[in-house]
Amino acid sequence: MAEKKATRQAYGDYLVKLGEKNPNLVVLDADLSGATKTNIFKKAYPERHFNVGIAEANLMGMAAGLATAGKVPFASTFAIFGAGRAYEIIRNSICYPKLNVKIALTHAGISVGEDGGSHQSVEDIALMRVLPNMTVLSPADAIETEKMLEAAMTIEGPVYIRLGRSDVPVLFDESYHFELGKASMMKSGSDVTIIATGLMVALAMEAADQLKEEGISAQVINMGSIKPIDVDAIKQAALTTGAIVTAEEHSIIGGLGGAVAEVLGDEAPVPLERVGVKDLFGQSGKVTPLMEKYGLTANAIVAAAKKAVSRK
Amino acid sequence: MAFLEETVRGIRKDIVKMIGKASSGHPGGSLSSAEILTLLYFEQMNVDENNPQKEDRDRFVLSKGHAAPVLYATLAAKGFFPNAELENLRQLGSILQGHPDMNKVPGVDMSTGSLGQGISVAAGMALAGKMDNKSHKIYALLGDGELQEGLVWEAAMAASHYQLNNLIAFVDNNNLQIDGAICEVMSPFPIDAKFEAFGWNVITVEDGHSFDELRTAVEAAKKSEDKPTVIICKTVKGKCVSFMENNAGWHGKGPNAEEVKQALAELEA
Repeated sequence: MAEKKATRQAYGDYLVKLGEKNPNLVVLDADLSGATKTNIFKKAYPERHFNVGIAEANLMGMAAGLATAGKVPFASTFAIFGAGRAYEIIRNSICYPKLNVKIALTHAGISVGEDGGSHQSVEDIALMRVLPNMTVLSPADAIETEKMLEAAMTIEGPVYIRLGRSDVPVLFDESYHFELGKASMMKSGSDVTIIATGLMVALAMEAADQLKEEGISAQVINMGSIKPIDVDAIKQAALTTGAIVTAEEHSIIGGLGGAVAEVLGDEAPVPLERVGVKDLFGQSGKVTPLMEKYGLTANAIVAAAKKAVSRK
Repeated sequence: MAFLEETVRGIRKDIVKMIGKASSGHPGGSLSSAEILTLLYFEQMNVDENNPQKEDRDRFVLSKGHAAPVLYATLAAKGFFPNAELENLRQLGSILQGHPDMNKVPGVDMSTGSLGQGISVAAGMALAGKMDNKSHKIYALLGDGELQEGLVWEAAMAASHYQLNNLIAFVDNNNLQIDGAICEVMSPFPIDAKFEAFGWNVITVEDGHSFDELRTAVEAAKKSEDKPTVIICKTVKGKCVSFMENNAGWHGKGPNAEEVKQALAELEA
């Protein structure tokens, strides 16, 4: 069994390293620093950590103000409150003026578990992706989280990093290189391409193994950079395998599936099947049965792949 | 003193002219806050029109961003950009957007327009100043109707919590918002007691068009030791243009050519 670690934990751990290298890095949280793991940074650099209380709109506004003064603020809360409640502050006070604010939101997706539908953000990628000047990153594991945090520091402008609550397998090792706007090939294949993001990447790998047993050669692409998205990789996958499946822990509307559909429509129309949350709110439950309930499983990806292949 | 009076008169004329030319914009709340901006930019603030990004400058955030014309006219008068640019207000391709854009206009410290956000950003600026032990001030201008935005009070709570005594906010209390009288739409009163309860140093200026009263308030605000200050300025919406004064109908409407002519005649009288 591979090592497991939640991407929020990787975020909290790595922030300390980033903060060590970057004296201008400041962290803001909205009364969830235990859950978002920014409390680790707070312990190391108490003078650079600000808990603004349960006030997500002000979290984003103050982050914008700090950015105008040359600070590099990381603003953290749950995805539902950051991307949802504070949406218009992110739009008008961060993206519109293109301020250098990093928005690292945790507890994205159904894998929040027991807190239920009110707290399970399945819309955040769509909301952040549509904003001009915004970069959207969705790490698959702890290592990719670290690499994306490093990449975020090199971008002069707003970045959204989508993080999860639950432990997920560590897929990469330290040699992994993340490049903004570039997908990473996880496994090559010739019949169908599974483009996955976040915790669905590990499940896509499982699905590819299952498909192999059934005689279908599936390639797996990890799309960590949702915006900018790797148009060439998608186009190439469409041309070489002729069928695409997307897999994400997000609504199939507007997220990775939406983004890939846009690229395919523009560049290389081929059959596309989108695995994700099907225009529904989540609900309370343990993570594994929840993921099954909402069709976020290796089996669901296998079924989608077969369907995509049959449509060729 | 005559200098400030002459300057604000010119700024008012520019406000009327540019909104007239654009046939669109917000004259009422621009005219009501003209003395506040004139005092800040021509007397109180440490800014350099030849170096708008000067590091330790004082900052100004127009939280009531729809009053962009008063900011543009003031910045032009101060020399941040040519006065002729004012003719391009709200035109396609202009640096002078309907609401201020910090990346387009020299001297604009923050892009604003969506109410409630400017004061929150100003609190972040003030916090950065505190972290770096800077002595510059962050000024912000709020509308009285804007106080209906919940974000204002989130920011007010934080500014007090972090003891941001380098933050000085003005409330342009002209008593009118786009749909009518603020006390009829959704009363923000008592404004002073609210800010006081949030831990702010509160100063009320009975005549928000008096440079003397405004100056006294700003000087006192600068001395606040551990609290942010709010200066509540009682003002007249549409000030100095008779047909616009105290008329909510002139919140967001451009005067026609005849109205511009009349307004300018009154301002020159």
